[in-house]
Amino acid sequence: MIRLVTLQSGIAQGLLWAILTIGVYITYRILDFADLTIEGTFPLGAAVTVVLINSGMNPFLATAVAMLAGPLAGLSTGILNTVFKIPGILSGILSMIALYSVNIRIMSDKATVAIAGNSIKKIVATLFPAGTVSNTLSTTVGIIVCAALIATLYWFFGTETGCAIRATGNNSKMSRSMGINTDMMTIIGLMLSNAIVALSGSLIAQFDYGSALVNMGQGTIVIGLASVIIGEVILIHKEHNFAYRLFSVVFGAIVYRTIISVVLTISGFKATDIKIITAIIVAIALSIPVFKEKAAMRKKRNLAMKEGK
Amino acid sequence: MLEIKNLNKSFNVGTVNEKHVINDISLTVNDGDFITIIGSNGAGKSTLLNLIAGTYMPDSGKIVLDGKNITFSSEIKRAKDIGHVFQDPMMGTAADMWIEENLALAYRRTKKRSLSWGISNKEREIYKKELSRLGLGLENSLNKKIGLLSGGQRQAVTLLMATLQKPKVLLLDEHTAALDPKTAAAVLTLSDQIIREDNLTAMMVTHNMQNAIDYGNRLIMMHAGRIILDLSGEEKKNLTVEMLLRQFEKASGEEFVNDRALLS
Repeated sequence: MIRLVTLQSGIAQGLLWAILTIGVYITYRILDFADLTIEGTFPLGAAVTVVLINSGMNPFLATAVAMLAGPLAGLSTGILNTVFKIPGILSGILSMIALYSVNIRIMSDKATVAIAGNSIKKIVATLFPAGTVSNTLSTTVGIIVCAALIATLYWFFGTETGCAIRATGNNSKMSRSMGINTDMMTIIGLMLSNAIVALSGSLIAQFDYGSALVNMGQGTIVIGLASVIIGEVILIHKEHNFAYRLFSVVFGAIVYRTIISVVLTISGFKATDIKIITAIIVAIALSIPVFKEKAAMRKKRNLAMKEGK
Repeated sequence: MLEIKNLNKSFNVGTVNEKHVINDISLTVNDGDFITIIGSNGAGKSTLLNLIAGTYMPDSGKIVLDGKNITFSSEIKRAKDIGHVFQDPMMGTAADMWIEENLALAYRRTKKRSLSWGISNKEREIYKKELSRLGLGLENSLNKKIGLLSGGQRQAVTLLMATLQKPKVLLLDEHTAALDPKTAAAVLTLSDQIIREDNLTAMMVTHNMQNAIDYGNRLIMMHAGRIILDLSGEEKKNLTVEMLLRQFEKASGEEFVNDRALLS
């Protein structure tokens, strides 16, 4: 039996993780670039936010600064990839590994830094009746941020520059012949994606973890991919506009988090099992096209056998 | 006017596979010229176009387009002046984007891209009019993913995209070679029509000798990185495939080796 509170927590967490997933969607689906930088950018966003809050900065401002730190990581990956021609995956890994050291420095050599002062969560809580549960706060903020992101990105990817980024991910040779600076578009896309991922890290630190953890980025790329793919498998079956596709990604993140929450309520599963469950979900989701093709082929074969007789 | 002077290009320099693909080529393309380029396998036809487009940079020599030295300027910069259609119909368009989005990309080939909206309603009217020139009925499916079109349809749209903003030079690199004969003929006729109607300067690589003779006002034959034959006017009009083959053997001292040219 799935309890209501499990679903509520799945939705609340899913909406915050959906922000990360939107970032992953930009690189993975639009730029056709599996960007591993985000495993470092996610804790970067959290670390910058928490350290700045603890030094007395307004939480909203601290979150904004985190969103400016993220693009720097994307810029580094973009330069490695486009200027120095290092393959995308490796460029991302290099930035990710470098960010580990950066994050540890930001967090003054600690693996965990708890939020000591105010946070967006506390500020939002004052707008609700006393005793409102954490899930409601996360859900509210998650919905607002996801809606704002979808609206902004829908606009951006409809502009001339946004179209040029989409073309770059789709067919870079053709894009260059159309006078598009594909290197620049790749860099812009990576910076945008990492800004969003940093925002996600910042909000999850404030709403869920209550702290920044240097290892919190581990596996985020796979979580992001899992959510993107789950959303597409469930909701995308024909031509859809861009806003709907982003919505499917948000939906995927919620489904993913709910699956994880549900699995963890089954006795015998431990929190550390999340990673293998995620890996299995992604593997299954990625292999669905192969299964479909095999099923179709079997059908044809059987039909051919019958006709043969 | 496009002037090419003493152009050289080698690949795999310093290895056993070193190949001098373009060997001291000089060529002047006059405004309004429609040049067909033919030659045996590995003659350097595509490489010549890629050097003009800036996909490759030459080892030495000079390329001047309308008085501007573009020899080493980037492919992206040159794209403002040059339309390039590739052999592979999949290469010339963004498959996951709509027909109108692809055309909008092409419409902005010569412009700087800003944050203003990617397509305006005024443009859509232009696209509809241009698409109707193709005679494929695509003007009624602007919101169709271009990946859903057939190879021939895609190549026709690619051609339109390359000429939507009038290029100073249009490069056609065996752009009908991957199509079935009937579609190839249709796309070729269309190319010829667009080139004449828009008064374009064009260079077309083809493996089909008859096409090379039938189209354009000038024919160039290449061999081993050199131009071995350059005919125009009456001389070109009176050519036959037989004569071309004999000319080739005389000029190169070898037999013409291009399976596709001889088979088609």
